[in-house]
Amino acid sequence: MTTQEALFKYTLRIGDNDLILGHRLAEWCSYGPTLEEDLALTNIALDLTGEAQALLQYAAEVEGKGRSADDLAYKRPERQFYNSIITELPKGDFGYSIVRQFLFDAYELPFFQMLTKSKDETLSAIAHKAVKEVKYHLRHSANWVIRLGDGTEESHNRVQKSLNDLWEYTGELFEMDEVDETVLKEGIGVDLTLVKAEWDETVNKVLAEATLTRPEDGWMQTGAKREGIHSEYLGYILTDMQYLPRAYPDAQW
Amino acid sequence: MTDTQLPLWEVFIQSKTGLPYKHVGSLHAADAEMALENARDVYTRRSEGSSIWVVPSECITASNPEDAEEFFEPSNAKIYRHPTFYVMPEGAKNI
Amino acid sequence: MEELDKLQQFQQKIDAEKKIEPKDWMPEDYRKHLIRQISQHAHSEVIGMQPEGNWITRAPSLRSKIILLAKIQDEAGHGLYLYSAAETLGISREEMINQLHTGKAKYSSIFNYPSLTWADIGAIGWLVDGAAIVNQVSLQRTSYGPYSRAMIKICMEESFHQRQGYEIMAKMAQGTPEQKEMAQDALNRWWWPSLMMFGPHDNESAHTGNAMKWKIKRETNDELRQKFIDKTVQQAEVIGLTIPDPDLKWNEERGHYDFGEIDWEEFWRVVNGNGPCNKKRLNHHKKVHEEGRWVREAAAAYAKKQKNKQIAA
Repeated sequence: MTTQEALFKYTLRIGDNDLILGHRLAEWCSYGPTLEEDLALTNIALDLTGEAQALLQYAAEVEGKGRSADDLAYKRPERQFYNSIITELPKGDFGYSIVRQFLFDAYELPFFQMLTKSKDETLSAIAHKAVKEVKYHLRHSANWVIRLGDGTEESHNRVQKSLNDLWEYTGELFEMDEVDETVLKEGIGVDLTLVKAEWDETVNKVLAEATLTRPEDGWMQTGAKREGIHSEYLGYILTDMQYLPRAYPDAQW
Repeated sequence: MTDTQLPLWEVFIQSKTGLPYKHVGSLHAADAEMALENARDVYTRRSEGSSIWVVPSECITASNPEDAEEFFEPSNAKIYRHPTFYVMPEGAKNI
Repeated sequence: MEELDKLQQFQQKIDAEKKIEPKDWMPEDYRKHLIRQISQHAHSEVIGMQPEGNWITRAPSLRSKIILLAKIQDEAGHGLYLYSAAETLGISREEMINQLHTGKAKYSSIFNYPSLTWADIGAIGWLVDGAAIVNQVSLQRTSYGPYSRAMIKICMEESFHQRQGYEIMAKMAQGTPEQKEMAQDALNRWWWPSLMMFGPHDNESAHTGNAMKWKIKRETNDELRQKFIDKTVQQAEVIGLTIPDPDLKWNEERGHYDFGEIDWEEFWRVVNGNGPCNKKRLNHHKKVHEEGRWVREAAAAYAKKQKNKQIAA
C-alpha cells in the first residue's frame, strides 16, 4: 500500500463518517422534540456535512483522477464507502440519536485534536476548523445524555437501552489496520489507541453523571471502515442521497 | 405538568466585545445551560454574537406604561444635564 | 380612565406611527387579531419545514444539501421568533400548538401542496418565499413592537431564501430537457397557490378593516398580490419559463400586470381542510409533538432535581 493509497482511504473514512452521520442528523429536521432542539440538531448536521465536503474534496485531490467531492458522495457504490457502521444506523428516537451522537462526538473530538498535529497540511487545517465545531457537538450531546439519563424513569430506561444497543458498534471506531499504520508512520494519521483512552475517560465521566451503566465490552461489529462491508441500512441512505445524480447523469444541479 | 414547552427565557447578545448587550428575543429551555446553548443555536446563526446572557423571563421586572409620566417626564425638564445648555465663550475650543 | 378615552389614545398613538409594546393598553380585539395573525404566521413557518424537509435527504449535491438545510433551519428560527412575539401578548407556545392541533389556528394553505420533484424546492424558494417576502417586508412596519422587530429580523435572514429557489429554477430551466420540463411543471403547479397566499380579495377579507386601521397590516391583500406578480413575471421571462396564466399581460395604463382570476373554490376547499396534504402536515406535527413529550418531561425533571440539589446544598 502506497502512502497515497492509504491517505486516500484514510481521508474517505473521516469524510464518510461525517457525511453519513450528517445525513442521519439532517433527518431530524422538523422532527425535533422542541423547535429549539430542531435548530440545534440542524446546526450539527450542517457542521458535519461541511466537514464532509472539505474532506471528500481533499480525498478527490489525493486520488488525482479528476473526481470531485460530489462525485465521491453521489456516485460511489455501497462497497466503496468507509464510514463506521455506527454512523449509518437509523435515527431511532431522540435518545437513541443523542447517545449515538455522544459516543461519536467523544471519539471525534480527540481524533480531530490529534489530527491538527498531522504533517499533512490540509488534514491539519480541516482538523483545526473541525475541533471548534466538534467541541460544541460534544458539549451539546453530553448535556443531553446527562439530562435524559438523570431525568425521568422513562427517559433513563430509554437511553440506557439505546446505550446497550449501540455499544457493539463503538469498537469499529478504534480499529487500526494497514491504512492507519501507514499514515501513522508518516506522521499524517492519528494513533487510535490514544483516542480510545480519551474516549473512555469522557464516556465514563458522562455516563456516571447521567446515572447510566456502561455496558460490558463484548463482541464488536466490524467491516465497514476496513473494507466497505456495511449494515443493510447504508444502501437505503444511498438510494435516497444518490437518486437524482444517478437518474439524470448528464444534469448539473 | 401542563406546559410541556419548558420555561421561557430572555436572550441578550453582545455582538462585539465593548458593545452593550442587546435584547434579541426569547426561547424555551429547561435549565440555564440549555437556554445558553439554545440561544447560541437560535440567535447567533450568522455570527451575530461574541457573548450571550440568558435570563428566566419571570425574573424580569418591567416598568408600567401607566407610570411613564412620573418615571420619565421629570427628566425632560432637566435640560442642564445636556452640554448644549451651556454657553461657551467665543473662540474657546472644546476639550 | 374611560375605555373610550383609552381607545382614542391608542388610535392616536397608532396614527402617529408609534409602536405598541406588550404592557401598553390595547383593545381586546387588537390583541386577539395579533395573536391570531402572529401565531398563524409562526405555524406557517413551522409547517412549511415539511414540504422542503421532504427533499433534504435527496438534495443532488453537497452544496444544495447544505443550503437547503440552512434554509429550513431558518424557517424553524423564524417560527420561533414569531412564537416569541405572540407570547408577549399573554398566550403560551403550548396553547398556540394546541390551537394548531385542534384546528382553531390555521397555517398558510400553500403548505398543503406536495413537493414532488427537486424543481419544487426551486419553486417553493422562488415563489412561496418570494410571496412571503412581499408580505413580510410590508409587515416590518406593523404597529405591534415585538411583531415588527421579529419581522425585521426575519426579512434580513430571508433575503437569501428567494435567491436560493430562483437559482435552482434558473439552473434547471437552462439544463437538460428533462430538467427544464421539471422546472416548468413545478412553476405550473405552484403559481396559482402562491397567488392564493395573499388571501381573498380585499372586499371579501373579513379581517382587513380593523387590521388596516390599527396598522397591523400595512397593505391590502390585493395590493401585495399585485406587487408580487409585477416582480415575478420578469424573473420568469429571464430564465425562459412560462407563467401558466393566458390572461397575464402588461397593462400600460395601470403600470401593472393584469392577470386571470384565481380559482377561489380551490382556495376555500384547501383552507377548509381538503387539500392534498392537509392531514399529512397536521398529523406529522402532532406525532412529533407527542414523540417529543418524554424528552421535554425528562429535561424539566432533570432541571427540577438540580434546583432541589442546589437548595439542599
